[in-house]
Amino acid sequence: MSKFKKKKSGALPAVNTASLPDIVFMLLFFFMVATVMRDDELQIENKLPQANQVEKLAEKKKIITIYIGKPNPNFTKQFGISEVIQLGDKISPVSDVQTFVNTKRNAMDEDDKDSMTVSLKVDQNSQVGILTDVKQELRDAMALKISYTSIEGDPLKNLKK
Amino acid sequence: MARRSAPEVNAGSMADIAFLLLIFFLVTTTIEVDSGIASKLPPPLPEDIKPPLIKEKNIFQVVVNAENRLLVEDKDMEIGKLTDAAVKFLDNGGGTDPRNVCTYCRGDKNPDSSDNPKKAVISLVNDRQTSYKMYLAVTNELVRAYAILRDREAKRLYNETYQSMSKRSDDWPADEKETPEYLELQDRMENVRDLFPRNLSEAEPQNRE
Repeated sequence: MSKFKKKKSGALPAVNTASLPDIVFMLLFFFMVATVMRDDELQIENKLPQANQVEKLAEKKKIITIYIGKPNPNFTKQFGISEVIQLGDKISPVSDVQTFVNTKRNAMDEDDKDSMTVSLKVDQNSQVGILTDVKQELRDAMALKISYTSIEGDPLKNLKK
Repeated sequence: MARRSAPEVNAGSMADIAFLLLIFFLVTTTIEVDSGIASKLPPPLPEDIKPPLIKEKNIFQVVVNAENRLLVEDKDMEIGKLTDAAVKFLDNGGGTDPRNVCTYCRGDKNPDSSDNPKKAVISLVNDRQTSYKMYLAVTNELVRAYAILRDREAKRLYNETYQSMSKRSDDWPADEKETPEYLELQDRMENVRDLFPRNLSEAEPQNRE
């Protein structure tokens, strides 16, 4: 009996795990800070209108987003007060749409190219003119699947003042 | 009496609690999925091809002007009545000769309105100054007209609305898409779509000066 006891006292001491929670918390905080929900920082007003005949968009990797709306108050000096297009994270002219779409499409997987969808996020108070120009550019770029991204709700509510 | 030091609190389970929190947040965080009205643009037309002629009675003309007023078949209309008017037009089934008779239509069979839902085209013309919310509301109401008719036909043929079929199709597990049930569902949806194809044409916007 006494032989066993002697052995036990000579074993390695347990590793102190008191700092493990700190490590895990550090990881948790790192991920919380590093996760970005929105890819593009908006430089324009972008309040989406409501609609009820909506379909869910495909996976994120198959989607190209184009924003349309009036520039934010901080940017009106530079871009004026009429509607502009935001591609990625900067305001661009209509003529850049084709290049933007083609660049994005080339970066996609071969399988995703066919089911690529252009999500048009248009501010509800903008005029249709600029949207038509964008759609014309998309036709020329052969990006034919589009979606008017909107919030689910009653579209007639938009029109009431 | 001798001072006794307080016993140490066992912090071993702290890590488990933190992991539990981490996993909870990982699972519950869903990045918002966008939804919208799907639409398809026509491919660019080659210069030397003329678009096919469509009979006047098979076209449902919807015009939205710069003041967001709606003109449907040359008459002023409230947007709330647009869906009913579109349904009436699509479902008319005025065709009489065997090529374009519509067996499943329940409309008035007015000879001056559309022959067949497959031939009927809704043409939406808008001004550059039209506001986007009006444009989207009009599009939404027209899409709703198609949805109503598809639901009706799907209900008649398969005893299930088109909406519920497409919801089922969206929710189908990704690894079971080869099963005959799934293919049958796709087949049925295709059939219903064929009965009322979405012929929604958008002309270039007009700027009347």
